[in-house]
Amino acid sequence: MVRIQEAKIHVEEILGSVVVPEAGGVDVFIGTTRNHANGKNVVALHYEAYVPMALEMMRGIEKELYRRWKIRAAAIVHRVGEVPVTEASVVIAVSADHRADAFAACRYAIDTLKKDVPIWKKEIFEDGEAWAENIEARFKIQDRSIGYES
Amino acid sequence: MKIFVKFFASAREAVGSDNVQVAVKEGATANDVLELFGSQFETMNRLRPYVRVAVNQSYVVNDHVLHEGDEVAIIPPVSGG
Repeated sequence: MVRIQEAKIHVEEILGSVVVPEAGGVDVFIGTTRNHANGKNVVALHYEAYVPMALEMMRGIEKELYRRWKIRAAAIVHRVGEVPVTEASVVIAVSADHRADAFAACRYAIDTLKKDVPIWKKEIFEDGEAWAENIEARFKIQDRSIGYES
Repeated sequence: MKIFVKFFASAREAVGSDNVQVAVKEGATANDVLELFGSQFETMNRLRPYVRVAVNQSYVVNDHVLHEGDEVAIIPPVSGG
């Protein structure tokens, strides 16, 4: 299951969507908004997404999880709009017969999402604002030379 | 030919618009679109080394050739998660 929503993410609900009798465990990653960035206090966070492309890529990640690991169910949910500090911006839950597959798939899902899925976070400070950049997203462009030719 | 260009996050702020319809010559590439907006907006030009381009919701290389009606998205470094 993949979803992008403005409403607060309820982790219990996402967990419930992946718990099945065949699974021996669930691994959950919860990304929460923090109150600092680059040594400055963050007072608010705003997320936006290129929703149709982001959903398509999240579905692609989901498919890849089933292809690479022996898992039973997966959920990838991202929140957009204002996300108050300490609340979840992303929740990924994976159930599997055995924990190694659940851990590996969950890690792959969050790592890939942060690299590739078109979602952005603006951090609002006491004295200004800035778009955040995931370090892995910037490296990737240089590695693949997809950016402007040098 | 006509194409539709979408801008997100810092790219949207750089050009002051989230959605622009432009006419480009036959055979125009993703890079030509970056060139077009980079030449008009200094902030967009500074972003160019870091943005990726998606056409019809898939990432493409910069020499990807565009077609009539394509949806071209300018994707600055992502920061989801």
